[in-house]
Amino acid sequence: MKPERLSILMADDDPDDRMLVRDALNETQAPSHLDCVEDGEELLDYLHRRGQYAQLAADHQPRIILLDLNMPRKDGREALKEIKGDPKLRQIPVIILTTSNAVEDIQRTYDLGASSFLIKPRNFETLVKTLETLVRYWFETCRLPKS
Amino acid sequence: MKEPHQPFTILLADDDPEDRMLTRDALLESRCANHLDMVENGEELMDYLNRRGQFAHLANRALPGLILLDLNMPKKDGREALKEIKGDPKLRRIPVVVLTTSKAEEDIYRTYDIGVNSFITKPVKFDGLVTAMQMLSRYWIEIVELPAEEPTHET
Repeated sequence: MKPERLSILMADDDPDDRMLVRDALNETQAPSHLDCVEDGEELLDYLHRRGQYAQLAADHQPRIILLDLNMPRKDGREALKEIKGDPKLRQIPVIILTTSNAVEDIQRTYDLGASSFLIKPRNFETLVKTLETLVRYWFETCRLPKS
Repeated sequence: MKEPHQPFTILLADDDPEDRMLTRDALLESRCANHLDMVENGEELMDYLNRRGQFAHLANRALPGLILLDLNMPKKDGREALKEIKGDPKLRRIPVVVLTTSKAEEDIYRTYDIGVNSFITKPVKFDGLVTAMQMLSRYWIEIVELPAEEPTHET
């Protein structure tokens, strides 16, 4: 496999969770690049290069998106629906990473086109292992559309 | 950590008997204990999922938890079958992983565009295929939550 910088965009409103994922990703030693946004509106602004993200390079789209479900302003379900309904964005795999384990959330997000659904491990070591598997699966085993 | 699941069935759609055997062997080698069903083209795949024709007797069995889909198959190819699955409210939540020898950018882009859950270019060597199936099982069986076939509201 050719080395590639694994560009990941994470949407999560909880600063602690964002930090934990960042630390856990570093721990996996995968050459990843993580950008974070804090809610669904910021996520869509980022993807559409609007507002505070207007200056971001047009070709710098994430290869995968990690999406929390419960966020203020625009929640993950709404954001997912918009991404999967947008012909310019819907190719990007969206992986739900949430503390919810509600069966309805699992069903509904797969129905809306989520690539997969992961429950955020509470324990840091398990989070590292989970992210290691996630990164290896998406960036070593799978092929992703060109960003 | 994830709750242990009822082992789900994996469904493989591939027209090449040798490729079906290799994938099955690689899954076994990676110690994936899930039951594997196989179909030979997109039409059989849709019959299987809709419990029609030669698969009518499966009516009472749970749908597969994961579909491994080849792209180039006779009768109905993988792209068309994928489009039908992702357009069907009863089937679209089942994760579909393309498993193909193609590495064409158009195939990658187009299948993600019509809703594939992920795309794997099949490694040519058996060792590579085992590693890929190991990663696939670790991801989909150990860390991912799959949709339950019948929504239950118990927790």
